[in-house]
Amino acid sequence: MTGNVLLSVEDVVVDLPTPRGNLRAVDRVNLEVQAGQTLGVVGESGCGKTMLSRAILQLLPKKAKLGGRVMFDGQDLVSLDRESLRKLRGRSLAVVFQDPMTSLNPVLTIGTQLIETLQEHLELDLAAARKRSVELLAAVGIPAPEQRLTQYPHQLSGGMRQRVAIAIALSCEPKLLIADEPTTALDVTIQAQILDLLAREQQRRHMAMILITHDLGVVAGRTDEVAVMYAGRVVERAPTPALFKKMRMPYTEALLAAIPKLDTAPHTVLPAISGRPPDPTRPIKGCSFSPRCRYAVARCHGEKPELTEAETPAHQYACFHPIETPAAVPA
Amino acid sequence: MMLQSSPSDPLLKVENLVVEYVVGGKTVHAVSDVSLDIARGETLGLVGESGCGKSTLGRAVLQLRQAQSGKVMFDGNELTSMRGEALRKMRQRVQLIFQDPIASLNPRRRIGDIVAEPLVIAGVKDPERRRKMVSDVLAAVGLDPALVMGRLPHEFSGGQCQRISIARALVLNPDFIICDEPVSALDVSIRAQILNLLEEMKSRYGLTLLFIAHDLAVVKAVSDRVAVMYLGRICEVGPSEQLFAKPAHPYTALLIEAIPVPDPDMRPAESVAVGEPPSPIAPPSGCRFRTRCPRADAKCAAEVPELRSVAAGQYAACHYPLA
Ligand SMILES: Nc1ncnc2c1ncn2[C@@H]1O[C@H](COP(=O)(O)OP(=O)(O)OP(=O)(O)O)[C@@H](O)[C@H]1O
Ligand SMILES: Nc1ncnc2c1ncn2[C@@H]1O[C@H](COP(=O)(O)OP(=O)(O)OP(=O)(O)O)[C@@H](O)[C@H]1O
Ligand code: SF4
Ligand code: SF4
Ligand SMILES: [Mg+2]
Ligand SMILES: [Mg+2]
Repeated sequence: MTGNVLLSVEDVVVDLPTPRGNLRAVDRVNLEVQAGQTLGVVGESGCGKTMLSRAILQLLPKKAKLGGRVMFDGQDLVSLDRESLRKLRGRSLAVVFQDPMTSLNPVLTIGTQLIETLQEHLELDLAAARKRSVELLAAVGIPAPEQRLTQYPHQLSGGMRQRVAIAIALSCEPKLLIADEPTTALDVTIQAQILDLLAREQQRRHMAMILITHDLGVVAGRTDEVAVMYAGRVVERAPTPALFKKMRMPYTEALLAAIPKLDTAPHTVLPAISGRPPDPTRPIKGCSFSPRCRYAVARCHGEKPELTEAETPAHQYACFHPIETPAAVPA
Repeated sequence: MMLQSSPSDPLLKVENLVVEYVVGGKTVHAVSDVSLDIARGETLGLVGESGCGKSTLGRAVLQLRQAQSGKVMFDGNELTSMRGEALRKMRQRVQLIFQDPIASLNPRRRIGDIVAEPLVIAGVKDPERRRKMVSDVLAAVGLDPALVMGRLPHEFSGGQCQRISIARALVLNPDFIICDEPVSALDVSIRAQILNLLEEMKSRYGLTLLFIAHDLAVVKAVSDRVAVMYLGRICEVGPSEQLFAKPAHPYTALLIEAIPVPDPDMRPAESVAVGEPPSPIAPPSGCRFRTRCPRADAKCAAEVPELRSVAAGQYAACHYPLA
């Protein structure tokens, strides 16, 4: 591990009590994010992406039980007091959610929300905070930013609201931005613009970013490293090019193969994954992908594969029978 | 605006359809002068961004929404002027599958009754016969009739609910199904299962499909031809492969460019700063795409571009189509 690790998630476990029994939403996850780098977290609905990000932010539901350590910028967030956490979250640790309305206040104008954030965390006076707000709105591609300051979130389109949420998240120059499906609710042309905006600001500010998505296409061109999650665990982790060229985990392969590609001819039968992810309150004894995996053998049903290293320590996978050949990506 | 692309034997023909909503005294131009043909046995994909009028078009075809003007011809009959019994009979041949699989199923009814409902409406009186038809169609969509018939929708996942919706749409053995974003709410791994199922059902039941989606790759996977819609108008239509290989309309090209490709070597091109779609309450004059189009000029603001042939079977509504 190098010296510039900004965030390190160590053996993080999130347990949620439910009427059906304990639900392990995140299961012994280990991750690092270097300063200025982008980590993509990919996985299907319910695999634990949001719970993982909320564990990092220390924003879990009240009844949740958190295990492990979250080291951020030299501090263990799990043992930090609430006041220090609150300061940290406004300043060096920022977040953008899928639905911008979860971070925007519907009864305050855009201007008030931005200006208050800037005044609180950067101790700017009103005039300076106002000037800074206009600059930020312009930087995230909002036309006529002066006028927007007086508008309420509901007066903006979904794409514009997400830009405002990003402006607020970026306002205090955070060291790490967690973007949890920031474009899932948006149209494809707007999605491309928002992803470009995030990438541009990330580079310009030398900020680290965790980009959470269910779309392998989104992480392919826009991240340095990718972690693939399945049923609460990281099942494969690799530098982005290595993941796509030499994926080892059958789930990653199946997930990529199942996506219709633009160059697939019409009416081609898609290589679908049969079945569906396991019920998280009914943990599977062996590999959690085993009921759906076409390579599964007896051992997969009885024993859980741990993350192991591939050729390089940076590439890890949890599988007893990894794919040996470079993945035949259906081009 | 007439389309010369008319397949020789269209099952569905939409001519100059206009559908508007009035909201707070203002008119929403949801579908403006749309003409389309769908040949028997064909799948026509309909793509476009949120709010461009795809669902409205689908609902107007089914006569679930009254059109301001224009015609919908189904198998030679004009649906727009049909009423009562005749319309009801014709509607049985046209079915609809919705985006939200769970919300589209009545939560208090058992799966067996949900799937049997179209049969009851169609007047199939014999309960044994209904039971047999429901059981057959559930088996066809990959569900075990004995296991599912007595259960309630909340006991099923999104993918399973979509299978149930598909079974309900198929039970009357229709000719034509409008699939309104049938996989958008589903996970990637389930999406492929449902797309494969639709394809399989299409050949098994000899269906013609209108497949609505906002995901171009999904649309291409199942469609023979694709129509691209923007702010209430069709801007391009053509054979799937050809349309994606050589888009003629700048909006089609923009949509294709914006798709995230799962290949790290294809660094996404910096997106053109094209802003957002304008409101359908006050659509731009002339070409509705002009406020976001890099090629727009004065003519684009003054004249509505008509759909014109740009290649065999491919039509674009643009004054300056891409070569
Ligand atoms: N407040 C909660 N109480 C109990 N269980 C929850 C709660 N929130 C989420 N879960 C469960 O925890 C698991 C992980 O959920 P999480 O929201 O992290 O998934 P996700 O990967 O973010 O999915 P999505 O792509 O749908 O956002 C799921 O099984 C989910 O049903
Ligand atoms: N019942 C309604 N009353 C008023 N306006 C409506 C109604 N239904 C739709 N609209 C408006 O008509 C336009 C077209 O909507 P429509 O639902 O047909 O679009 P769509 O292409 O299906 O969008 P999406 O991809 O979001 O489903 C939109 O501007 C929408 O806000
Ligand atoms: S451990 Fe076995 S079941 Fe799990 S992914 Fe590998 S081969 Fe498949
Ligand atoms: S008609 Fe003009 S504005 Fe419209 S797409 Fe063509 S070039 Fe662009
Ligand atoms: Mg989530
Ligand atoms: Mg719709």
